[in-house]
Amino acid sequence: MSALSVNALCKSFGGLRVARSVSLNVEPGERRLIIGPNGAGKTTLFHLIAGELSPDSGSVTLFDRDITRLPSRKRAHLGMARTYQIITLFSRDTILHNVILALLGLSPLRWNPLVDLKGQHDLTERAHDALARVGLSHIAGRPLAETSYGERRRAEIAMALAQNPKVLLLDEPFAGLSIDERRGVRELLAAIPREVTIVMIEHDMDTALDLANRITLLHFGEVIVEGTRAEVVNDPRTREVYLGE
Amino acid sequence: MYLWLTLAVNSIALGGLLFLLSAGFSLIFGLMRIPNLMHGSFFMLGAYFGVSFLAHGANFWIAALASGAAMAVIGGLIERFLLRRLAGDPLPQVLLTLGFSFIIADICLMVWTGDPIQPATPAGMTGALQAFGIFFPLYRLVILAVAVVVAVALWLLIDWTRLGAMIRAGVDDAPIARVVGIKVSRLFTLIFCLGAALAAFAGVMGAPYLSVYPGLDSEMLPLALIVVILGGTGSLLGALVGSFLIGFLYNFGQAMFPDLAYVILFLPMVLVLVLRPQGLFGKVVP
Amino acid sequence: MNSRHLRFAAIAIALSLLATLPFWVGNAYYINIASQILFWAIFALALNVLVGYAGLVSLGHAGLFGVAGYTAALLLQAGYGHGTAILLALVAALAAAAAFAVLALRSTGIGFLMITLALGQILWGIAYRWVSLTNGDNGVVLHGRPAPFGVSLATPSAFYYTTLVVFVFAILSMVVFTRSPFGASVCGTRDQPRRMSALGYHVWLIRFIAFLFSGFWTGVAGLLFIYYNQFISPQVVALQTSAEVLLMVISGGTATLLGPITGAVIVVIMKNVVSAYVERWNLVLGVIFVAIITFMPEGLVPGSMRLWRLGWRALTNRRTNVLKSLPEPPA
Repeated sequence: MSALSVNALCKSFGGLRVARSVSLNVEPGERRLIIGPNGAGKTTLFHLIAGELSPDSGSVTLFDRDITRLPSRKRAHLGMARTYQIITLFSRDTILHNVILALLGLSPLRWNPLVDLKGQHDLTERAHDALARVGLSHIAGRPLAETSYGERRRAEIAMALAQNPKVLLLDEPFAGLSIDERRGVRELLAAIPREVTIVMIEHDMDTALDLANRITLLHFGEVIVEGTRAEVVNDPRTREVYLGE
Repeated sequence: MYLWLTLAVNSIALGGLLFLLSAGFSLIFGLMRIPNLMHGSFFMLGAYFGVSFLAHGANFWIAALASGAAMAVIGGLIERFLLRRLAGDPLPQVLLTLGFSFIIADICLMVWTGDPIQPATPAGMTGALQAFGIFFPLYRLVILAVAVVVAVALWLLIDWTRLGAMIRAGVDDAPIARVVGIKVSRLFTLIFCLGAALAAFAGVMGAPYLSVYPGLDSEMLPLALIVVILGGTGSLLGALVGSFLIGFLYNFGQAMFPDLAYVILFLPMVLVLVLRPQGLFGKVVP
Repeated sequence: MNSRHLRFAAIAIALSLLATLPFWVGNAYYINIASQILFWAIFALALNVLVGYAGLVSLGHAGLFGVAGYTAALLLQAGYGHGTAILLALVAALAAAAAFAVLALRSTGIGFLMITLALGQILWGIAYRWVSLTNGDNGVVLHGRPAPFGVSLATPSAFYYTTLVVFVFAILSMVVFTRSPFGASVCGTRDQPRRMSALGYHVWLIRFIAFLFSGFWTGVAGLLFIYYNQFISPQVVALQTSAEVLLMVISGGTATLLGPITGAVIVVIMKNVVSAYVERWNLVLGVIFVAIITFMPEGLVPGSMRLWRLGWRALTNRRTNVLKSLPEPPA
């Protein structure tokens, strides 16, 4: 049983075909890296997998369950979590509150209009744990607006991990980070247990390449090459896509 | 039979007026992405200006054009110094126009008092045209003719001039138009002035037919809103089709179901907003 | 003395002042103004649930206000008792709010604004034109107020205390709502609706329920309104009313509970003062609208709070620890 499977996914916007019969199979525990030049359709693929876009045809299955027609909130409940290329967190709130919101999203408590949220100690403790895992405990109470970009990226990962996802979709987690910050996030991601399957979009090859088990190369919405690190790196088509030979 | 034909003629006249009113509203909405809630006020204030100019002996067409010019100036000042400060944030802009609609309504009440004013039909356009044994009031046909002329002029402007191309680009995608070098902010001011001028001109044209009275603004604004929602923002063809559609709906609705007149008007608007938010001819607004 | 104690003290003082108001005000005219302020404040708080917490600006809330008012007034006129009238009015307000929500929530931002505007206008049109139902411009006259447990509410003081009790309930429900997990969900959908969906929240349903909550208290305010005025007319359901209550919300500030209350105080007092001297309330309303939107977008309450904090620090010579809020420099 594959963790995440995408079958002949097609999507067009008017005349623009952003996904051309894309098929992918990610095994449980695998670390899959999706690469491709700008405009290749990587983020669109994530939107299709996560449910923010619905495909024209094709299917998405999560642990053999067809989720193609499910809205994104239901996919979250089935164990799918994602981060975004552009970090859009709750800037009016503290880092801790951001993580609490992530925890609340999967809890029936989110419908409760009567109890005091601040009094939910169990929730707060779990949020602190999640922040400790990414090394942000010291600034848990800081408003998000007063944090650095690297800290926000780690907070976003904390939020995704707090939901105990089975499949984690990371969209350019290293984008906009300094060298040191990249190292920190890289260590973070490497430490994620194998219970979590990771699919990652990334441009920064140096940092991402050795995190990956298998690599999928996309171009113009199509899968061009797929295979192990060595296979993809040595494939002439890869060079063609990036250097246009 | 006579009643239906009269209603039809009235509907066409109203449709013509609505087009003059809504064309500007549609352009403003399409380009600046805000429903200009003071558009009805421009119509009413323009009508009052026209009335005053006429009272000072001006020729009808001069009064209409002068009123349009005056409103262009007023609209331009408001856009340039107040709306532009809030650029990028449509909600405060809409509320600003709402605030101004109250101000203008009250100023009109202060200056021209509460009695309805109906200027005389301009000389040479009184009387009726006789066809098929029925009398068609000449002035109402004049309104239609003027609306058609303006429609053609606007179409030429939008589809055939460089300025029109810039406007269309702005309606399509204002940020990208900026990037390409189009001075979108200036276009905003221009369109706002044009919209205000058209509304005022429409107000004067409509004055002999509808008369001018407090509350005229609250009656015309929803009509413009409905026309543009139905026809699609930023689409002149949509404004044209929508205007005549609403003209007919309004007049026939009032005659047949006076109790539900408003519901008949707004229900299609709600339906369109809900089912096809871009209107019949408009583009999808992100 | 920390800020929590200060806040308790302030609330205690405010409550005691409010509870004893008829005694230190004396004049029936001002007691009535106080009643007005209270139920308009309830209306403003209700609207703020959508505007401030859900991030959805509605220009049609006068419609919901009017549905409750007209339902009760017409039922009373038909001979039903106060209990029935009030209950059915609130049910009607909730039903209308649900209908509004289903239609308006197809969109957000400007689209939402326009749909609520249109819906409010439809209700106004019904109130104004469907004369056989609503008596049109002549309005509906009420006779008397309810007498719960045999206590007459005819006097200004009695009515004031009733309104105050309802107001306290309203505030308590708002406090509980804003502190609850559901309240946090609503605020989340305001700030990042897409992220909320990805996190597992049902954004549409959250907004729908918030709309119902808002509609309920709007209905309550509408009932207080008709019992206060003993009269309802289409004027109440007009766009201007929606604009006035929106002005209360944005002038006071949307981020706090105190904001809409402050806004109600300001607008009601201004309206009464201005209307007493000159008939230019519309003009003043418009000017205030324009001024606040142009110069004070965050509202009076947050702006004043900011000044208060700055002022306090300046007075006690504490250096503002700006440096402390900067992130740690890299090692």
